[in-house]
Order: sequence, then structure tokens, then C-alpha cells
Amino acid sequence: MDYEIVIGLEVHCQLLTQTKIFCGCSTHFGNPPNQNTCPVCTGMPGALPVLNRKVVDFAIRAGLATDCQITPSSVFARKNYFYPDLPKGYQISQFELPICVDGHLDIEVDNQKKRIGITRIHMEEDAGKLVHPEHVHGVSYVDYNRACVPLIEIVSEPDMRSSAEAVAYLKALRDIVVYLGVCDGNMEEGSFRCDANISLRRWGAPELGTRAELKNMNSFRNVQRAIEYEVERQRDILDEGGRVVQETRLWDVDRGVSALMRGKEEAHDYRYFPDPDLLPVVVDEAWVEKVRQSLPELPVARCQRIVADFAIPVADAEVLTADRAMADYFEAVVKLFPQPKAAANWIMVELMKFLNEDKISVTQCPITPQGLADLLGLIGDNTISGKIGKQVFSKMYSAADNDPRQIVEDQGLAQMSDAGELAVIVDEIIDANDDKVKDYQQGKVKLFGFFVGQVMKKTKGQANPQMVNSLLKEKIG
Amino acid sequence: MELYNFSLEELWQRLEKGEVSSLEVTRSVFRRIAEVDNKVAAYLEIDEKGALAQAEAADERRRKGEATSPVTGIPLGLKDLLSTVGLKTTCGSRMLADYRPEYDAAVVTRLREAGAVITGKLNMDEFAMGSSTENSAYKATRNPWDLKRVPGGSSGGSTAAVASATAIATLGSDTGGSIRQPASFCGVVGMKPTYGRVSRYGLVAFASSLDQIGPVTSTVADAALLLKVIAGHDERDSTSVNLPVPDYYSNLKNDIKGLKIGVPKEYFGAGLDVEVESAVRLACRQLATAGASLDDVSLPHTDYAVATYYLLATAEASSNLARYDGVKYGFRAESADGLVDMYRQTRAQGFGEEVKRRVMLGTYALSAGYYDAYYRKAQQVRTLITRDFDEVFAGCDVLVAPVCPTPAFAFGEKIDDPLSMYLSDILTIPVNLAGLPAISVPCGFTKNGLPIGLQIIAKPFAEETLLRVAWHYERMAEWAGRRPELNGEAV
Ligand SMILES: [Zn+2]
Repeated sequence: MDYEIVIGLEVHCQLLTQTKIFCGCSTHFGNPPNQNTCPVCTGMPGALPVLNRKVVDFAIRAGLATDCQITPSSVFARKNYFYPDLPKGYQISQFELPICVDGHLDIEVDNQKKRIGITRIHMEEDAGKLVHPEHVHGVSYVDYNRACVPLIEIVSEPDMRSSAEAVAYLKALRDIVVYLGVCDGNMEEGSFRCDANISLRRWGAPELGTRAELKNMNSFRNVQRAIEYEVERQRDILDEGGRVVQETRLWDVDRGVSALMRGKEEAHDYRYFPDPDLLPVVVDEAWVEKVRQSLPELPVARCQRIVADFAIPVADAEVLTADRAMADYFEAVVKLFPQPKAAANWIMVELMKFLNEDKISVTQCPITPQGLADLLGLIGDNTISGKIGKQVFSKMYSAADNDPRQIVEDQGLAQMSDAGELAVIVDEIIDANDDKVKDYQQGKVKLFGFFVGQVMKKTKGQANPQMVNSLLKEKIG
Repeated sequence: MELYNFSLEELWQRLEKGEVSSLEVTRSVFRRIAEVDNKVAAYLEIDEKGALAQAEAADERRRKGEATSPVTGIPLGLKDLLSTVGLKTTCGSRMLADYRPEYDAAVVTRLREAGAVITGKLNMDEFAMGSSTENSAYKATRNPWDLKRVPGGSSGGSTAAVASATAIATLGSDTGGSIRQPASFCGVVGMKPTYGRVSRYGLVAFASSLDQIGPVTSTVADAALLLKVIAGHDERDSTSVNLPVPDYYSNLKNDIKGLKIGVPKEYFGAGLDVEVESAVRLACRQLATAGASLDDVSLPHTDYAVATYYLLATAEASSNLARYDGVKYGFRAESADGLVDMYRQTRAQGFGEEVKRRVMLGTYALSAGYYDAYYRKAQQVRTLITRDFDEVFAGCDVLVAPVCPTPAFAFGEKIDDPLSMYLSDILTIPVNLAGLPAISVPCGFTKNGLPIGLQIIAKPFAEETLLRVAWHYERMAEWAGRRPELNGEAV
């Protein structure tokens, strides 16, 4: 039977603040276990939380970027459950009154635009993590460095109808939080993580079917696979006349299957209640406005502007604006060398190739926008050919040398554009290939390329190709 | 008179004049501890060595002419839920038997910076849950006026120490009456400041929205002096309020002519001991002779206060005490089979009966399906109770009432009847729900020689008025300064 697939996503983003959400400890990743801790984040008796206002700034940013309403007075609540990585026996989160509500995000799948509702965004603290020493059985240690690191959870409406839509939504959301500078978006390391609620229903059925929750999907690819697996699992159950039960399932990345984590009867009763240690978070218009002013241009808007202002194809603009730093780089080059098309091509072909090979981000690129603009200038005024340009580019990149003019000079790479000098060489080639000239003149026009190649070979590629073309045309017709 | 029998105020003046040294005062207090604490059992941990070193440092400070405060060189005791570096902080619980904090509570830091001498840690009901100090996992503190009776609770160690002069003053904490009720039982002054007046940082939480630290002293002036040292804004406690701290002590003598005193009729209802009632009524008349006017007022939601309190306080406690899980510090049950069993056994063995009872009550009140009927409803009633006070305070400056319906009861009298124990806080609980400042001042004795307390309640952050009224009353009371004889055998 055919069913409608209904998907809602809950996304946790670890925020890029310097300090934790309720204490002054560093959020720096990779320190020795329990180094980034204090009485507050280890839940010592009597220690009290104090809200880091930067976290509120970041949550408002995410809310504004997804067209949410910002709650004037939101409330922190305690989510109570026992686990060794949770030092206080409760997680400080938000429940009844989250900081942002009623937003949306537009996605596009198969050229179909669609709006996905965002129910809420709330702030909360992360837990620590358990460490199981190798070769030692029955012992666990706890590292609280991550305890109290700030998170926002972004909860969507059950508006997605396919795994492709879910992935499109997730990608769009990730672009936004990375663009906003609130999260590094790293799915493998878990700083951007996603749980999916999935249910099926007969077409036209008014109520949603019973949902299962999927956890532990650490890449876009796995989100897609896990959802598809779950859809099939539920479809099989329904087709056989069974009933889907509410449960939480864990995706097994290696085996490509999901397994039961806990059923409904094992579901926690979190006993949420307002945290009496924290006051309501009062956000006035002025605060919202201040954050709004500081928002960067978002990917979709920036892409549209780049297409309009620089007349480059939409597909290219999308590539260039997928990463905020890349878009900044592109615009910096265009400012110095106002030929957007050439700049776009060089960035997308050469620059991205080198960066991808080295797996580094454009912020670590050894060639500065000024260096690339100067190089494009040398090509533009015919000092060097495009081909030589690639050589110079490679040299600039490997030596972190941003003076292409000097490289061209030092290595004698300047283009040969003296008509007299070139004419002599062209004549030499014609004389040495008498037979081929005859063939050409009798209609083997393909041989024109041979002559150009010969001239280029003779001049080590430095001959001005346009001049060579016109000289050859002149002499052999 | 022995130095330990002096008030903080008198010792401060003598220390400033150089008539006595802190070392002499401190030695005197430790002699007294050695003499009577075996009977009273107020202390859980005594730190004579540390105290003598602090006393010497305080004397040095005065010799060098450095800045001093009224508590510089004064021996003070601390309720054992205030975190102290170097001293165990057990909260009267087996769960924290060997727990030594790695940081000082905010009030302890303030005392240390002011040069106070810390004598040790005082007994209490486990995690401040109780009204008799019988719920301590360690010992039963006795009422210095009658060793067969309880000192009240939960700050029973703090009030018994002041009453038996084993500390010049102490700090307690008050969640539903835990300073005022034992102060009234022990015949000392005990004050609960406005919620937010004193930082809770480092106070081991029972019910966060109600807990407040306050002074326990032998006179009202001492309470004014000690409050000034511990009050004030603290960035580490989000609920601490950023308001200036007045000089309570200098303003005590300003007269109370024209002051309007309300007498809430609901506080004089059924169950009120006759002797307590007549003592309190007499106190009201005495205040009137000092120029204050008396008016009967009504706080109509008073009847709901105990139920409201036992829902909210237990709900918060169930969450606050979740951290005692055997994982990070404190007691861990041995021979547990796996994680869940470790939690179960640790908490079953580490907590006493009353704590377990309240954790279960609170867990229930917050559970899915019950939250609206219990927790949310209780929050709504709390608002109504607060509004009662707002309305009454529109027409008067302070309220006067009894602290507890009865004087101190005997050991074992109520311990098996939790409800009757809970009802002994019936007249103190509404103040915590509304976050108001209130004080218990001695206002006489029963025929059997048991102290009776007068409760004065003021508007939020009106501690100055509160202390002024209490001070004027204390001047008129003939028994001020009376000390227990500590005769008889301890049970
Ligand atoms: Zn910390």
C-alpha cells in the first residue's frame, strides 16, 4: 500500500561561545578530561548557575534567521533524569517557554520550493561523556569537560514528506547556523546532531500515525539512509496489518540498520519544572534589534544578490555562497578585479581544487584575495596567458607568495607579444612544414591547431595566442 | 561575667577599645564548648586550631590598624550546609559524611574577609528537612532550656549553640521556618532576610526558591550587625538582588512612633497554645505603648500555606537532591550490581527516612499527569498568598504573630507523626512562600520555663524596619539576656 511519509527533525547545535552556558569554564575541545570544570559544571552541592548572555545572543540569531518570534520572557526548566554524565541529576533546558517559536525555513527539492515550519528553538546545557578505558572491564570514567557546554535545539514541524526533503532541510539549517557563526556544523564530531521523528499514514488520513524516533545519525548520508530504512520498516509492519509502536531507535552506521533503544514504557518522565535558580530570560525589543543589526547576509539572500549584481550563473553563485568565508573571498577578489566571471571561474576551478586537496578552508588559503586579483590582472592585460596563469597560481599557492608580477618576472614567464619577433617564429614553422601547409591549404583545416602548437612549443607557451592565430591566418590563409 | 556570655555588640566594642583580645574571647568560647557541648550537642565538627589561628590573625589586624568589621575576631558557628573549605559539610546526612567542599559559600567568604573566627559546623535536620533536628544522621541536639526537649529545626544546632553560649552568634538557613522556629524554641533571636538579600551560593540547596541564610544571635543588635556583613549582591547567585545594604545597626534606635502594626487573625487560630498566645498579645500591647498603632488584619489564604509549601519545597528538593547519586562525591553503596542498582542502594542507604519521604512526595508532585493538579496549582496558590501580604502591607508597616503554635516539644513526641511535625511550621511557612523578611525575638517563658518567640514580619527588603521594631520590643522585655542554666541530665 502507498503511505504518506511524515518527518519532523530535532537538531542540536553546539554553540561557538568561548565559555560554558552557566559557568566561566572554557568550551575548548580536546583538553585533558575534567580540566574545563568547576563546582558549577560538576554539580557540587551549593553551586549555582549563572546564564551566559552570549548564548542568548546566539539563540536569538538562529531565531531571527529562521523567522521565529522571540519570546519576551522565556524560562529555563529542569529536565530530571539519572545518568552519570549528568552531574546534577537534571539538565537545565527550556520547556514551556522557549526563547524562539513559530519560525520557518524554505527548502527546494527537485525544483519544488517548500516551506518547513520551525516549532521552537530552545537553549540548554550539554552533558559530559563516559569514557571506557580499553582492556579494562567493568570500569567507566566520566569526563565533564563537555558538561554545561551551550546547545540550542531546533525543533521542526512534521512538515517533511521524504528523506530528500529532510536532508534538504538539514543542509539549509546547517548552512544558516554556520553562516551565523553560532555553530561549526560538524556532524561527525557531533556539534551538529539530528534526531528524526518518522511516521506513516494512509494518504488523506487526518491524524498522524504513531511515530518512532531515530537517533545517532552522524552525516547527511546517514540521515537519508536511516529515514529510508525506517520508512521501509514501518511500511512492512503496516502492510502486514500490524501497528507501529512508539519507540526510540538507534541507527547503526556500520551495519546500516536501526535497533530498538527504548520502548514507550521505558520512556523517561522528565518531570520538567521551572528552574528556581535562574530568573526568566527577559529579552526586550532593543536586544532583538541589536542582534538583528549584527546578522550577516544569509546564504539564500547573498546568492540572489550575487547573481543580480555580478551576472554569474545561479549554479556558480550557489557554490560560492555555500560557505560564508568563500563568499567573502569571492567578493573581496571582485572588488579588486571587477570581472566577476573570471574571478568566479578561477575560484571554483583552481582555488577549490587546491583547497580540497589539502582539506583546508578558504580562511587558511595561502593566496590572498589581493594576490589572486593581481594574478587575474596579469592575465587580463595579456602579460601572461591563462595557461601560464595556472603555473603562477600553483607557485603562489605552494610558496604562499602573493606577488605574481615578481614570479612572472623572475621566471621569465611574460607573454611574447612583439609582432615582429612572433612573425619570425611563425615563418620558421611554415618553412619547416611545407607539406603540412599544402595539406592545410587543400582543406585539412584541423591542422591549424598543429601550427599553433608548434609556435607555442617554440616559445615555451609564452606566445600571445591571439597574435599567433592572426599571424598564421595572415600567412597560410 | 565570662566572655562567652557577652553579645557580639559588646565584644565588638571591647575589641575595638583593646579591652579584650580575640584570642581571649575565642579561648573562652572553646572552654564553654568543652564544658557544655557534651550536653547540648550543637556541634558536628569543632575547629579549635583553625579558630585560634583566625583569632590571632584578627588581633594582628587590629594591632596593625587595618580595617575591621563588627565580626572581626568574633567566634561564630555555621550550620553544616554552608560550604567551607577545610571543614566537612555534611548537611546532617550520611550521604555527605566525608564531603569536604573545594570552595567556600559566599557568606563564608564574606565572614573570612571580615576577619571572623569560625568555631565549627553545627547540627541540623538532614538537608534542612525537619523541625526538631532529630532528623540529623549524627546526633540529637538538646534544647538548652530543657535537655529533654528538642531545640527545634532544622537550624537546631545554630540556635542551641547561641542559647548555650558555645558561639557568640551563628548562621542558619530558613526554608519554611528553619531559623525562626528553633530560635523561638531556644529563646534566641533568629532572622530570615528577604529572599535574594543574602547570596545562596554555596548553601547546599533544599528548596531553592525558599532557602535563605540568616543570623542567629542573642540580641537584635547582634542580628543587625551580622546581617550587614553577609547581605548584598552576588553575581554567582542569579536570584540575589542588587540593592544597597543599609546600615541596619545605626538605625535601630530611630523611634517607632506612628508605625502601623498589623495583627493577622489567622495566626491566632485553633491549636495555638494559651501561654504562647498571651505572651504574644502582651508583646503587641507593649509595642503599642511605644507609639505604634495596632490593627487586626486578615491573610485569607493562610490555611493553604502548609499544603502549598509541602508541594513546592518537596518538588524542588526531589530535583536538588538528585545529584547525590554516588557517582562524583559523597557516599556510594558498596557491592551494587550495575548502575541502576548503585543509584538505588546509594540513595536508599545514604538518605534518612524524612529525606526519602520528601523526595518521593516531590517526585510525585512533578510527575506526568499530576503536575497540573499539584505543582502548578501550588504555584498559583503561592501567588495568592503573596498577594495577601501585598494587600495587608498597603495598610501597615509590619505584622506581628507567634512563631510556633507551641513551645519546644519533647524528643520523640512528633517524630513518628510527620503531619503534626509539618504543622509546627504553619505560622512561619507563609513568609517563605512570599519571600518576606521576618524575625523571631524572645517574648517570654511558659510556666515550665520554656521560651516563647514573637514573630515580626516586614515588607520585602524592609529589614531595617523589621530590626528596628524588634529592637524596641527587646528593650521593653524584662527577660532579655536571660540564659539557660543547663541543669538536668541529657536524654
Ligand atoms: Zn564550570
